[in-house]
Amino acid sequence: MSNWLIRLGSVLVALSIFALWQVVTQAGLVQPIFLPSPLATIANLWRGLTHGDLLALTLTTMERMFYGWMLASLGGIVLGAIIGLSRRARYWLTPTLELLRPLPATTLLPIGIALFGLQPRMLLGVIAFGAIWPVLLPTIHGFSAIEPRLHEVARNLGVSRLAFAFKFGLPNALPDVVAGMRLSLTACLIITVVGEMVTAQEGLGTTIMMAARSFRSTDLYAGIILLGLVGIANSGLLALIERVATPWRAAQT
Amino acid sequence: MFCSTMSRTHADFLTLVLPGWLLPVAALVVAEITMRATGIQSDGLALPSQIATAWLELVADGEIFIRSAETLAPIAIGVLIGGMLGLLIGVWLGLSAFAARLAWLSIELFRPIPPVAVIPLTMLIYGIGVRMEAAIVGFACFWPMLLLTRDAVADVDVRLFEVARILGLSRSSRIVKIALPAAAPRIFTALRLTLGIALIVAVTTEIAANPFGLGYALISAGLSLRPDVMYAFLAWLAFLGWLLNVGLTALHRRLFGAASEGTSP
Repeated sequence: MSNWLIRLGSVLVALSIFALWQVVTQAGLVQPIFLPSPLATIANLWRGLTHGDLLALTLTTMERMFYGWMLASLGGIVLGAIIGLSRRARYWLTPTLELLRPLPATTLLPIGIALFGLQPRMLLGVIAFGAIWPVLLPTIHGFSAIEPRLHEVARNLGVSRLAFAFKFGLPNALPDVVAGMRLSLTACLIITVVGEMVTAQEGLGTTIMMAARSFRSTDLYAGIILLGLVGIANSGLLALIERVATPWRAAQT
Repeated sequence: MFCSTMSRTHADFLTLVLPGWLLPVAALVVAEITMRATGIQSDGLALPSQIATAWLELVADGEIFIRSAETLAPIAIGVLIGGMLGLLIGVWLGLSAFAARLAWLSIELFRPIPPVAVIPLTMLIYGIGVRMEAAIVGFACFWPMLLLTRDAVADVDVRLFEVARILGLSRSSRIVKIALPAAAPRIFTALRLTLGIALIVAVTTEIAANPFGLGYALISAGLSLRPDVMYAFLAWLAFLGWLLNVGLTALHRRLFGAASEGTSP
């Protein structure tokens, strides 16, 4: 069967899920408080975006997520490069990192609250710190797994340490780093939403929590759809970055 | 850098004599000494010795085990239901490329929804408790299990299926005798990743909404100004996470041999 016909089928399958949703709600099989009809939800979503503050809230959440992601990526790459290039640092820090790694990132929230109180900057720090792992560990690996002969070549050419990190280390680590940044962005979105729920700071997380608490289910579903759209936008963005930053790898898959 | 041929320095000598895990231990000792010496008072900090005492008390009155059970129960239920559904659909989509391509858009639309966005919804439906948390864990586990199983089954050598057809195996025994055993190592890896995600999601749900389990113990200890208890629970959580990963990795090696281990994505 030709390619576009299967694509069309795939769209039809997705549409039929929404049609089923509409039929189920219209027939009254589920109470609308638990599952509002898709048309009502989308109408509500549209109203919230154009006349309400949903767009502003989404942007607030996305802004927080992106700042956290930037900090996590930068910190992960710099720390990972330092640890990856130094055998000594690896020796001393690996057991500590292994010890900290299995902790769920969101457990940093109670600690951040206890240490710094309910500040917006505390939340940003928790997001950045919690999402650093997916970048840090692949970066360490990428920088430490450089062909030994390249070390020798660099030494003979008199390349400085910093230049070595940029000219040999970074290109070698880049595919791992970009893959790590993808996971990190997903983690950032999750920690951002949970952080907003826990610290009641303005954003989609707080909005959907309040919607659920006051049984405004169309608002709740609108918020969930928006978060899903943010997730889709994220993976689209990362696919783009992957294609630009590591074209040789994107060609393989 | 470049230290492989460098002359043995003092620091290199240290790495020969001392193990790397000494660093966190030393950090704890230094923290204890400096905090005692400076007499620092903070709602967010506790002496390592106080944390150890708090942990022993939690073990003695059994609270830490009750809290762990409260976290592990929804994980078990959620992984069982969500993971099982993901496994079944994953096998189906792995066997039929046609079905996989038809389902593609629907998966791409629903998968990016962050599991934590479902927390308020399950709260609305189930209130608080085990069912609500299990539902979120199930939702979170469903997607990675589905995708990894689909890929694992789709990558099974085509020649195995040709042999199966020649032998005249029925469709069900082709699945049970060929597809599943061949994909088993990677499905097990998927299970290991899924369980890790389940632990994260369960604890996160407890921190954000559900007043049960280790996550709630963590945040309520922090909010009631008991940093020693908070850090004791945190250390226990790190230990559980480590145990889960190490245990499943060892089980993987035992079941499938060391060679199959590098297949994790």
